[in-house]
Amino acid sequence: MAAPDSERDTVPATTEFDVVGTSPIRHDGADKVTGRAVFGPDFQSAGLLHGKMLRSPHAHARIKSIDTAKAKAAPGVYAVVTANDLPSNGGDRLVDLGIGPIRVEFLRNNILAREKVLYKGHAVAGVAAISAHAAEEALALIDVEYEALPSVMTISEAMKPDAPLLYDNLKTSGLGEASDKPSNVASRLRLSLGDAGNGFEDADVIVEREFDTSAVHQGYIEPHNCTALWNTDGRLHIWASTQGAFGARTAVAWILDLPVSQVKVTPLEIGGGFGGKTALYLDPVAALLSKQTGQPVKMVMTRQEVFEGTGPTPGSHIKVKIGATQEGAITAAQASLAYEAGGFPGSLVTIPAMSVFVAYDIPNVTIDGFDVLTNKPKTEPYRAPGATNAAFAVESVVDDIADRLGIDPIEFRLRNAAKEGTPRAESPPHALIGGVEVLEAMKHHPHYTTPLEGPNRGRGVAVGFSGSIGFHSSCTITVNADGTAALVEGSSDLSGSRTTVAMQAAEVLGIPAEDVHPSVGDTDSVGFTFLTGGSRTTFATGWAAYEAAQDVARQMIARAALIWDVNADALKLEHGVFMSTADPELRMTFKELADQIEATGETVLGRGSVNPSGAGGSFIGDIVDVEVDPETGKVDILRFTAVQDVGKAVHPGQVEGQIQGGTTQGIGWALNEEYFMTDDGRMANPTLLDYRMPTSLDLPMIDAVIVEVPNPAHPFGVRGVGEASIVPPAGAIANAIHNAVGARVGELPMKPTTVAKAIWDKSNE
Amino acid sequence: MPGKTHVQTIINGEHIDFLCEPRQSLLECLRDVIGLTGSKEGCNDGNCGACTVVFDGRIVTSCLVLGVEAEGKEITTIEGIADGNTLHPVQQAYLENAALQCGICTPGFIVSSKALLDQNPTPTEHEIRYWLANNLCRCTGYDKIVRAVQDAAVKMQEA
Repeated sequence: MAAPDSERDTVPATTEFDVVGTSPIRHDGADKVTGRAVFGPDFQSAGLLHGKMLRSPHAHARIKSIDTAKAKAAPGVYAVVTANDLPSNGGDRLVDLGIGPIRVEFLRNNILAREKVLYKGHAVAGVAAISAHAAEEALALIDVEYEALPSVMTISEAMKPDAPLLYDNLKTSGLGEASDKPSNVASRLRLSLGDAGNGFEDADVIVEREFDTSAVHQGYIEPHNCTALWNTDGRLHIWASTQGAFGARTAVAWILDLPVSQVKVTPLEIGGGFGGKTALYLDPVAALLSKQTGQPVKMVMTRQEVFEGTGPTPGSHIKVKIGATQEGAITAAQASLAYEAGGFPGSLVTIPAMSVFVAYDIPNVTIDGFDVLTNKPKTEPYRAPGATNAAFAVESVVDDIADRLGIDPIEFRLRNAAKEGTPRAESPPHALIGGVEVLEAMKHHPHYTTPLEGPNRGRGVAVGFSGSIGFHSSCTITVNADGTAALVEGSSDLSGSRTTVAMQAAEVLGIPAEDVHPSVGDTDSVGFTFLTGGSRTTFATGWAAYEAAQDVARQMIARAALIWDVNADALKLEHGVFMSTADPELRMTFKELADQIEATGETVLGRGSVNPSGAGGSFIGDIVDVEVDPETGKVDILRFTAVQDVGKAVHPGQVEGQIQGGTTQGIGWALNEEYFMTDDGRMANPTLLDYRMPTSLDLPMIDAVIVEVPNPAHPFGVRGVGEASIVPPAGAIANAIHNAVGARVGELPMKPTTVAKAIWDKSNE
Repeated sequence: MPGKTHVQTIINGEHIDFLCEPRQSLLECLRDVIGLTGSKEGCNDGNCGACTVVFDGRIVTSCLVLGVEAEGKEITTIEGIADGNTLHPVQQAYLENAALQCGICTPGFIVSSKALLDQNPTPTEHEIRYWLANNLCRCTGYDKIVRAVQDAAVKMQEA
């Protein structure tokens, strides 16, 4: 673990910085606006073969036989692999790709189905051929005999006692004991604080409602891809689009039963992830194909494969009950969260269970969570995993209570806002957070103080909180003779983080951001670094860069002491100038000293390796105005303001971008996006035409308001920023729809038919 | 294996000849045959816009054009937008306005944005949003992209 906070140099909130808090042009910008940046699918190598996957046409079936002989004999085909080519050793090992431990056996069976296929799109065989077209044609030559089985597509079906089972022997774990009978409920959990029963007795108003939300996809524009080369020396090299090169390395090694050191993962530029590129699908298959052919093999999914074969984030069935006094104090809250795991256990319901009520100070809380198997792709995290579903439910109920009590919705939330020290169900109490500051900023924002006029228009608010993580990050910095610095860090850069990491080093060294040249290292060239996820990169890898820069500063101060023949204790580095506290004549800029390094001793090479706790989390609130067409139920967003406590905005331009982007994903989730499943378990909308993500024309400008309540546990006050913005939009829009037309919608997406039905039901009450 | 067709084009101002199978899309030819990987494949069915190029003066999604259809055509890809080492004002505006995050959609957006400003130097916000509605971005929420196009429009007017 990192040194205790007291040993760290923590910068007070009032500190002005030279680099942190500015918005320089990102270091990879020129490559990305000219088309030169090398993303995963752009990678080329001599002798490259192309791989394709055969996928199950059934949502649930037993595999009776697979015959690959005809495919292997087809022109241009080099190799065909199935689950039989995967090793079986070590299937019970637990590997962490960054989202908690997963059994290696489950990863193997998801990558290539063994015995059963558990969703339509489940991979069954992989082919390597001279071209992607030849590989695709060979897929049709593989004969698979299936015995179709009844499937379960919804949580309510899956939880019925007589439901078809995905696993014949899987019993519900959790709460200290396994269930008597096999079940589609893989696990359950309960979190509690105080006594909810007593708390409801103290309430004057109690609202209890149920909600259903559809599975949605992370929707990155770059499909999953990888290139693998199993070299003649036995080492496996993977060029990947991954959120975590080190997690991918361990998982690939364990899936293939190799020592971790035999695998090298080079993260290429990654075209979006949002949690979905933590999972592995292609890499071990490409590796097996490369092993059999002796040539590098590239695999790139189609969009349909991305929808049908990779993790959407869970749909859910949620019950929320909240009670409050006449004065507007919440006395108790209860939630039941049933989340879809898809074909393998692991819906991550623990994460929303821990976050569902933490925006509020509620003395009595009970939360039940259920991890439910369905015949859909294994679900994966999506930005603040599971929190959007839960906040949609909670914020709808909170709004209803405020409405019934006749209290302004922001005022009601202020009266109940979580603060530093607020207890949480089975988590440590909140550290310093900016909940009150965010709500005050919302209350006084011109958006909220300007009345909304016009028929069928309404305004809604909602809040959300997203926890962040710390964990391992590593960084090295080399000083160049011209006074610049080369920085190598281990975090995949999904959105410009190499710049926010480099800026923290530049701040310490007192040089411009442009003079630090960051690159993302491969797993052989930088120390272990946890995945890019959990809003951790600018917080933790930025901290590693801070430590590496401090190491550089110490070495350079020692060198200045040598050059000046004085005691290093009297020297310091300030704003890029080395100086003596004893002798004002002794001054040298960073550049001047850098120029003397080579002639006066060894190269200056700084290292930073951290494993910090104290990432805390981020509080956010949304204000949205909508117009509802009362006949069709179509909802238009007229105005949107998102106010977030970001701790310290290292690069305000990019922070605004995070807020705007997450908000837009939340809007899509709220209004349009869904896995539209047919009765036989097929996704009916696996294209970007029918899976309707927001376009530029669907949106107004998103006003991102930055509130800075510095995180006391970070050298520059940084909080995790990336995830929180996806949490409140669905709740805020639901509340705005209610404000506009008087109907409360309990389903996501709030598509026209759903909203129209809610209006109809309301008018017939 | 079907035979290959000899296609003669002008790409980014250069005469380029290539051989392609009848089934290969222009996008595939650009990326895998010619080596211009700046145009991206996000969907291969014309809905994401990451492969947008200028094709005889019109913007098209190159995944929906066959390679053989490029015979005799003039094509501009993202690689042809900058003037040597000088970025086009649209590219510069995307950088200065932090209008990209992961960057996979950026080539398509820049080709589309430049085509808009070539045709309409002073677009309204609505015109920008309408024009760019065939380019999907999952990272930014479009706010900074729209602002970048507005910024580029002003800079191009001043120039």
